[in-house]
Amino acid sequence: MSARQLCVAAIGSWLTLWLWPVRIALESDMAVHMTIQLPLLIGTGLVLASGARPHEPHWLADADWLGIPGIVMVVLGTSFWMLPRALDGAIADPWMDAAKFLSLPLLVGLPLGLCWRRMPTLGRAFIWANFIPKLGAIGGLYLAAPTRLCAYYRLDQQAVAGWTLIVLAVVLCTLSFVVAFVGWRQLSPAAPSWAAHGTPPWP
Amino acid sequence: MSRGFLPLLTIVAATGIMALAWETEGFRVVTGAGARQLSIERAPPLLPDVRLMDQDGHAFSLTSYKGRPVLVDFIYTRCPTLCGELGDDFHGVLQLMGGTATGVPLDLLSISFDPQNDDRQALQLYGDRYGAKAPRWRIAAPADDRGLAALKQSFGVVIIPDGIGGFIHNNAVYLVDAQGRLARILDPDSPPQLFADALRVPAP
Repeated sequence: MSARQLCVAAIGSWLTLWLWPVRIALESDMAVHMTIQLPLLIGTGLVLASGARPHEPHWLADADWLGIPGIVMVVLGTSFWMLPRALDGAIADPWMDAAKFLSLPLLVGLPLGLCWRRMPTLGRAFIWANFIPKLGAIGGLYLAAPTRLCAYYRLDQQAVAGWTLIVLAVVLCTLSFVVAFVGWRQLSPAAPSWAAHGTPPWP
Repeated sequence: MSRGFLPLLTIVAATGIMALAWETEGFRVVTGAGARQLSIERAPPLLPDVRLMDQDGHAFSLTSYKGRPVLVDFIYTRCPTLCGELGDDFHGVLQLMGGTATGVPLDLLSISFDPQNDDRQALQLYGDRYGAKAPRWRIAAPADDRGLAALKQSFGVVIIPDGIGGFIHNNAVYLVDAQGRLARILDPDSPPQLFADALRVPAP
């Protein structure tokens, strides 16, 4: 897809998520809100980033040294929307809802898409290795909390959200384990990349 | 490292940390309920004058309690779970006060947020279940929808459907001080604690 098509796709999917019935459907359940709507909003920003990358101003690419400012922005932005108060606010207050719909694509997804390629491999691994236990820990907190953390969600929804986060953490952990130890290319049995060089990647 | 790096990093980090500090009231709360508690302690909001009808069919207004502190909870009489616990809590407080006819300067008020279903008879049945007698412990419903909306708004009560025909609502007891202000949101853990907290209302 061309850069323009990617941008159009990002804005189109963002508008779809913004549509009233879609919004109601994705916000009526805590687990769906946290693990589907929020990541989809970040996803529209990622698509926007792949469309905007060729047009990224040079000063920004320079200033985002090793992707550090970008990833700091992503970590702070995602932390904000993990607060139960922020999740409640997005339902109760139209301004907070608007802030969510603008900040997740533009202040989390877009910088993530732009900074990721500038980050050193070890830096990316560091971010993954921090993010996955964070998901699991928040899931555990939701399960352990005897009271409702969000006024707009039931306790059983909170438990489902907790379990969803834990399952997600386990799945991501397993996937990243395989990728870290075996690598993406080696996962494809048809054409292992080391075959072209004649030496397998293991000793 | 380019010249723009440190300024960009500083702006990003400062803005992000400020946003987090703002949303957590200076890293003190993570939930909406916690934030509300803090804001009430800082400046107890004056409650609106809402017309209510009690279990005996008497009309009264929320401001008529001025001069005496009152413990308020929100219920609906069909409630199978939480409202029963709240009823037990208030019953316990009533016993600690020594019944309905003592001179302890404290009143109890249970407000139904389901006036469609909670007519006078329903309120009376709920009251009888826990030994509530007006005016010491009124079981009341707002006279109209506007009153209900004003109550929900000013007390900060959030009510959501429980998926099986009932409601889920904040598990809290509200302490209104003698000036008619919402002074504290209390955890309804034990009647003695509630009673002690109620008698320790902040002076005007």
